[in-house]
Amino acid sequence: MTTAMEAPQADRSRMAVSETDVAVEIIGMNKWFADFHVLRDINLKVMNGERIVIAGPSGSGKSTLIRCINRLEEHQDGQIIVDGVELTNDLKRIDEVRREVGMVFQHFNLFPHLTILQNLTLAPIWVRGTPKAEAEESAMKYLERVKIPEQANKYPGQLSGGQQQRVAIARSLCMNPKIMLFDEPTSALDPEMIKEVLDVMVKLAEDGMTMICVTHEMGFARQVANRVIFMDQGQIIEQNEPEEFFSNPQHERTKLFLSQILH
Amino acid sequence: MADRSLTYVRTEMAEALPPPKSTTGISAWMRENLFSSPANSLLTIVGLALIIWLAIPIWNFLVADAVFSDPEGLRGEACRFEGVGACWIFIQARFSFFIYGFYPPEEIWRINLMFLIGVILMIPLLAPRAPFTRTAAVLFFLVFPFVAFFLMAGGILSLESVPTNRWGGLTLTLIISLIGIIVSMPVGILLALGRQSRLPVIKGFCIAFIELWRAVPLITVLFMASVMFPLFTPQGMQPDVLLRAIIGICLFESAYMAEVVRGGLQAIPRGQSEASFALGLSKPKTVALITLPQALKHVIPGIVNTFIALFKDTSLVSIIGIFELLNTVRAASSDIAWQFPTDAVTGYIFAGFVFWLFCFGMSRYSIYMENRLHTGHRR
Repeated sequence: MTTAMEAPQADRSRMAVSETDVAVEIIGMNKWFADFHVLRDINLKVMNGERIVIAGPSGSGKSTLIRCINRLEEHQDGQIIVDGVELTNDLKRIDEVRREVGMVFQHFNLFPHLTILQNLTLAPIWVRGTPKAEAEESAMKYLERVKIPEQANKYPGQLSGGQQQRVAIARSLCMNPKIMLFDEPTSALDPEMIKEVLDVMVKLAEDGMTMICVTHEMGFARQVANRVIFMDQGQIIEQNEPEEFFSNPQHERTKLFLSQILH
Repeated sequence: MADRSLTYVRTEMAEALPPPKSTTGISAWMRENLFSSPANSLLTIVGLALIIWLAIPIWNFLVADAVFSDPEGLRGEACRFEGVGACWIFIQARFSFFIYGFYPPEEIWRINLMFLIGVILMIPLLAPRAPFTRTAAVLFFLVFPFVAFFLMAGGILSLESVPTNRWGGLTLTLIISLIGIIVSMPVGILLALGRQSRLPVIKGFCIAFIELWRAVPLITVLFMASVMFPLFTPQGMQPDVLLRAIIGICLFESAYMAEVVRGGLQAIPRGQSEASFALGLSKPKTVALITLPQALKHVIPGIVNTFIALFKDTSLVSIIGIFELLNTVRAASSDIAWQFPTDAVTGYIFAGFVFWLFCFGMSRYSIYMENRLHTGHRR
């Protein structure tokens, strides 16, 4: 794992957290895969502008949790309310939530049959009905923001992992989401490419984006997060401000986990 | 490194050298591919002998002993002697029959006009970046079928009516296979998608349909269409036998196409549709824009394989008395005026060559499409 030393310096002064506006609220949520209880009694409230990092050993349910937030996974019990909309089986509500929530995946999941530019403009054109020229203009703006405008007409297969992940972030941003979910965005990257992706994520945080990141980048958590959540066996074990979380973990399981990943 | 220290830093970069002579050129290629070992050398010599042994008789039959022209007009007599090779004047004399079947000769311009329109409309559809693609697609798929039908069948606008039992030859082979291709593709896609549906009724119907049609030989389907079907329908209400055969072929090939497409859909990682959903795209849009285009690209070889099989399978309609290309050849070679040793062989060589020409064309086009649609790194 990269350490705090390599993590980019973030300007915390610009990251305002709203006192009143709730971005995501999860109340008493449970989820099962067949008879396996993956998420147990999850309660979580994320305010607008908050940056949450979710850590934990593999199989602890971190990914499943954030995948529930945009309904890539269905929960069986409890409530999930995203931007004021409760997720139920109602497809209209699901689409409404997904329009406002961006997601970045571990394996990028760019569309290999489309160029970078087409990857970015697809959703604005087909979901929001943005005219093509306008969508392309805004896509180029986001590509410049992630520093790869020159790749616009290439295909994903021609880009490096780091570049692909930056495209994936830009692709989500093109929909102007209110909340961004990151599912281990740097886990599939070579060490040399992790920083370029983290840089983009830090910029995003500085612009006030509400972010929920599943990541093992503890340096990033220290720099950017205002809350770190530790999960194990489908439960939230501990949550705290990053300074406290790293320097003074309370639960035995957290101490063990931190001792293993921070050396 | 004299002091055996572990530290080493390269100061001069190694230059790239030309490859050794012994690995380039014709002789190196031959040494490596044909004579790399005693066993391979032997195989090469045996293979060469086999080729020569086969090539000489084939050459004699097709060219040296063949009859290319008849100074006294195209008659069977010219080929009626011992040791004659291919009788190409037979093909020449009956060429029009092979292409147009029993279609009235004075109306053949209608078929030619239909082909001309078809080819003109297909160019923008098949060529990359051609203009008017959308217009051509609308015309080809929505307007052309009607134009083609009325040109072929006549009966309106003072065109003489030509019943379907006079349609035949290569024309009919192309009509049947083109309809088969154009219908089986979308129906196959719908069946493949239906088979993955979460709705049990749709899923069950698609599975039953696919498994039923795949389990029956095409000949049985055609027999059912021509012999059994009329038993169940009232007299005078029976659709044309050609139409019944075409419907049978379309349904049969759709089932095959469905399985090819399903193979492609299964190869698409789940992350693709997840990413699409996460962007807010609905399920139908995800299928239409993300999974299906990728799936179809993956299975181009399988799709073209099915098309080629379909094209060749059309010759089976001859068993229910429809005169497609192969049946016209068979009929022509049993003509009394052309009773000589090699008429049938020559005819079948011709038919085989025509089939090969079209199938090879499809095969090359599919390779071209694969390369054109290839994105990303070439391995």
